[in-house]
Amino acid sequence: MALLEIKNLHAQIEDNQILRGLDLVVNPGEVHAIMGPNGSGKSTLSYVLAGKPDYEVTAGEALLDGQNLLEMDPDARAAAGLFLAFQYPIEIPGVATMTFLRTAINAQRKARGEAELSTPDFLRLVKEKAGDLGITQDMLRRGVNVGFSGGEKKRNEILQMTLLQPKLCILDETDSGLDIDALKVVSEGVNALRAPDRGMVVITHYQRLLNHIVPDVVHVMNKGRIVRSGGKELALELEASGYAGYSQDAA
Amino acid sequence: MNVQPQPIRTAAEQALLALLERRLAGPAVDGPLAGRIGELRRAAHAAFAANGLPHRRVEEWKYTDLRGFLREAAPAATALGISDGASAPSAVAFPGARRILFVDGQLSPAGSDLADLEPGLTVVPLAQAMAVGRGTVEKFGTLAPQRYDGVLALNTAFFGDGLVIQIADGAKIERPLHVAHLVTHDHPVATYTRRLVEVGEGAAFTLVESFEGRSGVPYQVNDALELFVGDTGHMDYVRLQDDSETALHLSTVMVDIGRDAKFHAFGLTTGAIASRVSLYGRFSGTHSHAGIRGVTLLKDRQHADVTLLLDHAVAHCESRELFKTVLFDETRGVFQGKIVVRPDAQKTDGRMMSQALLIGETAEMDNKPELEIFADDVQCGHGATAGALDEDLLFYLKARGLPAKEAEALLIQAFVGEALEFVEEEGLREALIARAERWLNARTG
Repeated sequence: MALLEIKNLHAQIEDNQILRGLDLVVNPGEVHAIMGPNGSGKSTLSYVLAGKPDYEVTAGEALLDGQNLLEMDPDARAAAGLFLAFQYPIEIPGVATMTFLRTAINAQRKARGEAELSTPDFLRLVKEKAGDLGITQDMLRRGVNVGFSGGEKKRNEILQMTLLQPKLCILDETDSGLDIDALKVVSEGVNALRAPDRGMVVITHYQRLLNHIVPDVVHVMNKGRIVRSGGKELALELEASGYAGYSQDAA
Repeated sequence: MNVQPQPIRTAAEQALLALLERRLAGPAVDGPLAGRIGELRRAAHAAFAANGLPHRRVEEWKYTDLRGFLREAAPAATALGISDGASAPSAVAFPGARRILFVDGQLSPAGSDLADLEPGLTVVPLAQAMAVGRGTVEKFGTLAPQRYDGVLALNTAFFGDGLVIQIADGAKIERPLHVAHLVTHDHPVATYTRRLVEVGEGAAFTLVESFEGRSGVPYQVNDALELFVGDTGHMDYVRLQDDSETALHLSTVMVDIGRDAKFHAFGLTTGAIASRVSLYGRFSGTHSHAGIRGVTLLKDRQHADVTLLLDHAVAHCESRELFKTVLFDETRGVFQGKIVVRPDAQKTDGRMMSQALLIGETAEMDNKPELEIFADDVQCGHGATAGALDEDLLFYLKARGLPAKEAEALLIQAFVGEALEFVEEEGLREALIARAERWLNARTG
């Protein structure tokens, strides 16, 4: 069974139609890249899957492991195994990163009927995974993302993803705002999560990220639909020729 | 014919006047202060007779109409209520603090730990201090504001039991002193308590106060506190107002801050159907600092008013105010803050902020920050915000698996945490944070 199956998805924000009949199938173990010009609906797709309330789905369906995502609240989607790494992770003053991580992990475990993680187990796990991503103890004590640089915020997203062990990871322009060293750290973190039972959707504007996170399938999105799909070489082709040919496309 | 204009009085005002007249005719204070206290009482009576309870058309009470909230004058509690039995309320204890208990407005020797007071700390019942009539008690009533304050007038006229607390020059009292107030009566009573606290030169002191009482009883609390922080002194004042959901709570806090001194105040308000705290602060010595902060959590139909008047009478002082109000259901919050900078108070640095989170659909917040500046070389600022929880923050938390209620509770905790973190003493800070969390979990859970 497909891990993620999207059929004929239509969505709008206010009266603005953004997704216009999108189809996508991601199987377990696969990494899919979605590329496309600005305004093609890439970020909207990620928000609609995660359940952001501003968007209205007008037609179509999205199934995660056969469960209808669109009928679930955002927290239920997370507990079912969906994770969105935000393009712009927001700051939450007053909520210590440590508290946030523990609350999130335990909320998901509770929703799945699992026991809460003990404090020593939690601390050991966070220490190990944060160290791999170069996230210091001081950052963990601070408010979520408060005073973090752009790169630190993205690494914090990957830390959350690592700790929450989702079935499906959606990375929304995780490469934006990263220098080359930060890009490497983030990519290594993502690659460490590649697994036969886990799928990934990597949304990016540039081919650069895909040198580090090598996709199985590359899709081109335009005007709210996937207009072309191919292997990883498609990304290189786009890098050379640009999106010009697609934005003219009236299909 | 000689016609005296008669103000129209509410039933409660008429009843209060009758009680006031009986009080004036009753036993007077003994000792050297008898004359002055009698004078203050008669003046309070006359002012109340002329002005009555503060109401909407009195500027300082515009948002809190006491005529509306105080419809029946409860008699002052004279006997103890019911402090045993399963339904009897009990007073909070803060770990590490020495507790002195007032039950139904009267000092409870049995519930108070007055043994082995630290060197430099003196705690004397008010009547006893009045009888001696020397020292801190001589300052009784000297911090009262110029303007008529009907609540303080009632306290001055009716006050019964209380305390005089004195910290000797240079004494650093590490253990917080907790004055707990508890109302146990099962019928409406009023309590009128009063305390004077003097922190000597270079001394340090932490005072905690709590107000609680029997659930379901519309009792009335009228408390007044006069604080004197001496030169280079340091005082922390923490108060918890958790009166019963049917009570009326009225407090007046007056503070005089000397030179090179520090005064920090923090209040957590969760109780009473209607409450008002009036805080009058005055810098009388230069280079001092005041930090006044509070958190108010309201539900159902509660009304809570914090009104602040801070007088920068001298130069080179710094003041910081931060008030956070969380309003559920049909509640109403009021913050009125006024900073006055006198002509000589150059180099004043004052900043005042009130922030409200409106959760309930019909909740209301009235913010009235004011600056009155007569000096030309000062830095003063104020701000006020009122709004809902940030949707983007909520979505971020939900997207990580937090159910809506948990996400809301976490964000509200973070919102109030910014003020709570200013409570200096760690044990008290943690106790108040835990209390706020319990309140929020009960409300949002």
